[in-house]
Amino acid sequence: MTLAPAITDIEQLKSHPALARLIGWNRAAVQAVKFDREELTIWVDRGVIREVCSILRDDPACPFNYCCDVTCVDWYPSEPRFEVVYHLLSIPTKERVRLKARLDGSSPVVESVTSVWPAAHNFEREVFDLFGVRFSGHPHLERIMMPDNWEGHPLRKDYPVEGYR
Amino acid sequence: MVLNMGPQHPSTHGVLRLVLEIDGETIVRIMPDIGYLHTGIEKTCEAKFYQQVVPMTDRIDYLCPLTNNLTYCLAVEKLLGLEIPPKAQWIRVLLNELTRINSHLVWLGTHAMDLGAMTVFLYCFREREDILRLFEMVSGQRMMTSYFRIGGLALDPPIGFFERVKKFADRFPGNVDEYEGLLTGNPIFKMRTKGVALLSKEDAIALGATGPTLRGSGVDIDLRRDAPYSGYENFKFEVPVSTEGDVFARYICRVQELRESIGIVQQALAGMPEGPTKADAPKVVLPDREKMKTQMEALIYHFKIITEGFAVPAGEVYQAVESPRGEMGYYVVSDGTAKPYRVHMRGPSFANLQVLAKMCEGRLIADVVAAIGSIDIVLGDVDR
Repeated sequence: MTLAPAITDIEQLKSHPALARLIGWNRAAVQAVKFDREELTIWVDRGVIREVCSILRDDPACPFNYCCDVTCVDWYPSEPRFEVVYHLLSIPTKERVRLKARLDGSSPVVESVTSVWPAAHNFEREVFDLFGVRFSGHPHLERIMMPDNWEGHPLRKDYPVEGYR
Repeated sequence: MVLNMGPQHPSTHGVLRLVLEIDGETIVRIMPDIGYLHTGIEKTCEAKFYQQVVPMTDRIDYLCPLTNNLTYCLAVEKLLGLEIPPKAQWIRVLLNELTRINSHLVWLGTHAMDLGAMTVFLYCFREREDILRLFEMVSGQRMMTSYFRIGGLALDPPIGFFERVKKFADRFPGNVDEYEGLLTGNPIFKMRTKGVALLSKEDAIALGATGPTLRGSGVDIDLRRDAPYSGYENFKFEVPVSTEGDVFARYICRVQELRESIGIVQQALAGMPEGPTKADAPKVVLPDREKMKTQMEALIYHFKIITEGFAVPAGEVYQAVESPRGEMGYYVVSDGTAKPYRVHMRGPSFANLQVLAKMCEGRLIADVVAAIGSIDIVLGDVDR
């Protein structure tokens, strides 16, 4: 069972197309980076996530034109509590990258990326429904899986696995 | 007028509710309402050991259960850094392709039946019955097989299994000719599918379409060829792509995929390597039953794995696999314990459903039925 150790040094990873583009645009937006198990993860400041996505989509060298997935991880009780995760794929070059934005538990709001990729529409509704993260600028932010009058956000860690409602 | 194509409807292929705003026969707006099959699988996975999640993955996309097993097992094996022996990988590919054929047969049968060609349904299900018997032979279950486990396969395939598969694989191309003979040149089928539910290349990529829905609009991407997993780099196959973007184009893509899949099955049978079917990792993979009954260490490992699970090093992995519907992705986050911290399933149908509005608005109600059939959604995938 051999696992290569994770690389978290930006200097070693800056040749990766997504990271190179972001560093060239605004070095301060990249909070942290990790290359582990052959996958690149970039932590981005939550205020600029939509611009970051837009820049990655329009990058001429490696356009990340396909939004595979938008999801969320709840790290309760540690703060920042929520981590919204974006999985992107570049169809011409077949590169993948994972972007993460950390949000506080008290008011988890982040800008929607549906203006960048309309594909994120359903995914963001699901994250809102199951975690309670609001996406500002989303055209139709309503519950998608749970009934409309449901209270609570089921995938949060303080929501029970089993119970009676 | 607002019409409800309710969750209980023979043509929506599951519990999908569509709210149609219509003006005569033309659709002005279409709004899918999902969640009728939501069972909280992602939440339940956080309460189970890693190996206990495998049977839950069968039920996500219930028409291709082995593909879901494969995606999850590959993700956890990546987290663990396990090496899978070649024989296990080849059998995974063989069964994966049989699952693809299985799923496409259901699609073809139900899609053609929705459009009125009811004979095709029984022809497809005749072949599907043979495949389900093959799955029962190898795993004991017809549909929810859970045959792929973390570290390899659950059991060795029984004696006589490969001969049965060979007999099926030799017969199957003739069956595909039968289906094509009934549908491809059929003027009624062509009138109902050509030019219907058009999806341009840019819209397909922007809206997140995947699989044959994307390839039918001219985008040449297939994860088996472009990001090979589980030994797919050893197999030669074509990826059918069509540029028209209508229902007929997607039909042609999937029927071609049937032919390519049976070709891969033949290659797998011809080149099957010898060796073990489980990885060499006693703390992760259950020992053989005979060893467990006679050796003390094997018994201890068996007990520990079943009762306490195995700790997976902390990290996260997004494993994407080409399922019959497109890119199925599992995002597994581990915090170092024996239970996954978060398992997220990126179902291809959840993304494919978003193209429905683009395809159907401005068209007739009858075309909605053709469109839903052509994007081939499975509600287990959409709702989890």
